[in-house]
Amino acid sequence: MSYFSDIYNGVKSLITGMKVTGGYFIHARKGAITQQYPDNRETLKMFDRFRGEVVMPHDENNQHRCTGCQSCEIACPNGSIEIIWDRAIDPETGKKKKKIDKHIYHLSMCTMCGLCIEACPTDAIVWAQNYENSVYDRSYLTKTLNQPGSTVQAGVED
Amino acid sequence: MADQELETKIKTEEYFVNMGPQHPAAHGVLRLLLTIDGEIIKNVEPDLGYIHRSIEKMCERDSYQQIVHLTDRMDYLSSNINNEAVCLAVEKALEIEVSDRVKVIRTIISELTRIASHCLWWGVMGMDLGALTTYFYAFRDREYINDIFEETCGARLTMNYNAPGGLMFDIHPNFVKRTKDFIKHFKTKIPEYDRLVTGNVIFQKRTKGVGVLTKEDAISYGVTGPVARGSGLSSDVRKLHPYSAYDRVDFKEALLTAGDTFARYEVRIMELWESISIIEQLIDNIPEGEIKATTKAVIKLPKGEYYQRVEAARGELGVYINSTGTKNPYRVKFRSPGFSNLSVLNHITKGSKIADLVATMASFDFVIPDIDR
Repeated sequence: MSYFSDIYNGVKSLITGMKVTGGYFIHARKGAITQQYPDNRETLKMFDRFRGEVVMPHDENNQHRCTGCQSCEIACPNGSIEIIWDRAIDPETGKKKKKIDKHIYHLSMCTMCGLCIEACPTDAIVWAQNYENSVYDRSYLTKTLNQPGSTVQAGVED
Repeated sequence: MADQELETKIKTEEYFVNMGPQHPAAHGVLRLLLTIDGEIIKNVEPDLGYIHRSIEKMCERDSYQQIVHLTDRMDYLSSNINNEAVCLAVEKALEIEVSDRVKVIRTIISELTRIASHCLWWGVMGMDLGALTTYFYAFRDREYINDIFEETCGARLTMNYNAPGGLMFDIHPNFVKRTKDFIKHFKTKIPEYDRLVTGNVIFQKRTKGVGVLTKEDAISYGVTGPVARGSGLSSDVRKLHPYSAYDRVDFKEALLTAGDTFARYEVRIMELWESISIIEQLIDNIPEGEIKATTKAVIKLPKGEYYQRVEAARGELGVYINSTGTKNPYRVKFRSPGFSNLSVLNHITKGSKIADLVATMASFDFVIPDIDR
């Protein structure tokens, strides 16, 4: 007797499961969240806080907000940020002032922890939302964040 | 008579087979050295070290703020819970009381992490037992949680959202709405999981009475988490030693006594419901308050030893910090749930078939980076 009830229960449980999968088969687009990724590049919008890579925004006068305080370099857990700095003579006061020469960012080592951006006192570096970071050679992932010839914005250091 | 004669005539011998380190059913780079006699398992010896990154040693190099992001990479499926554990340990040492807002947000995000982790486990468990569909259904629902994390924390898996003293930044304005939408959606999906897998006759035959772990063995091997609770061992740190906002929510500890693979499965399904209930109790009234307590830029813990335990998705995670008063810890030790749970595998799978080993391992839900660290 239990032989027949086993068969009955087995078939019943299979049909119950098939109803779930069959429901999705018939209503294939219901609740689907699939994104057609390479084809939707134009419309794909990442969230504002998405951690793609670290960038340094420059304004129209080619000026950034980095004072070269090296807080980000100290905060970084794995040495992804390297700041090469120099001292320049301020034309107004005549005193020597710290300025960055190169703000080097190793994207290949970055773990996207966000500690550098939290540490920055002048909001000089921010997250960019780009997500396609693959390149053919590792050396392309070492980036200089400040543009050539850029200077510090006035008033940032006060 | 004839059978016995045959058995004595056929000479069988034990032989040795590697399962892994890249076996599809081994959940990552875990190598199991199986001694088998035909299909019967005589001995299982896990061989670890394929994904050892010396996280504990790296912690000795880093400052206390920097340690947090390393713990993301241990049990990457309960990353926020790991972050929380380190932050709680540091806060305990500094005697900082975080605001209610931080406590509630931490609890909500930890429970969302737990749901995401159990979702992945459910999909993979089905796949280990030969049902590919579960994987897609589970990942569809997990995607909602990952989107919530991405919007609030900026990353989908390795979030690094906690910092000693609070959170890195406030929750996104859409967080509450998205979480409520997810809860509404997911409540209709768990019964679907049940219909598809739990009631399935093949699934029950593969799991009931397989890999039985008794309560005594669970205690003596130091097993925690859903595996221990499937054997009737009450071990929920959230209930026994409440931290963050767990003392102000009402939830039941999922406990079953059968101790087999099916009981461990059911405990996790029950935990999904409990996590939903915890989030529902907290999401509507997140208190106002500061998001980060003021700490010094360079955190130095007072000399001494500090220990904090939390309930990760796989069991009890302990963080031990030994400080000598400098800005780096002298020694950090993580008591990871996966390592203790793995130690009992040989004991309960001896004498069973290879297919049962796969089913048992699926119900243990191993994350190898958590075991190796």
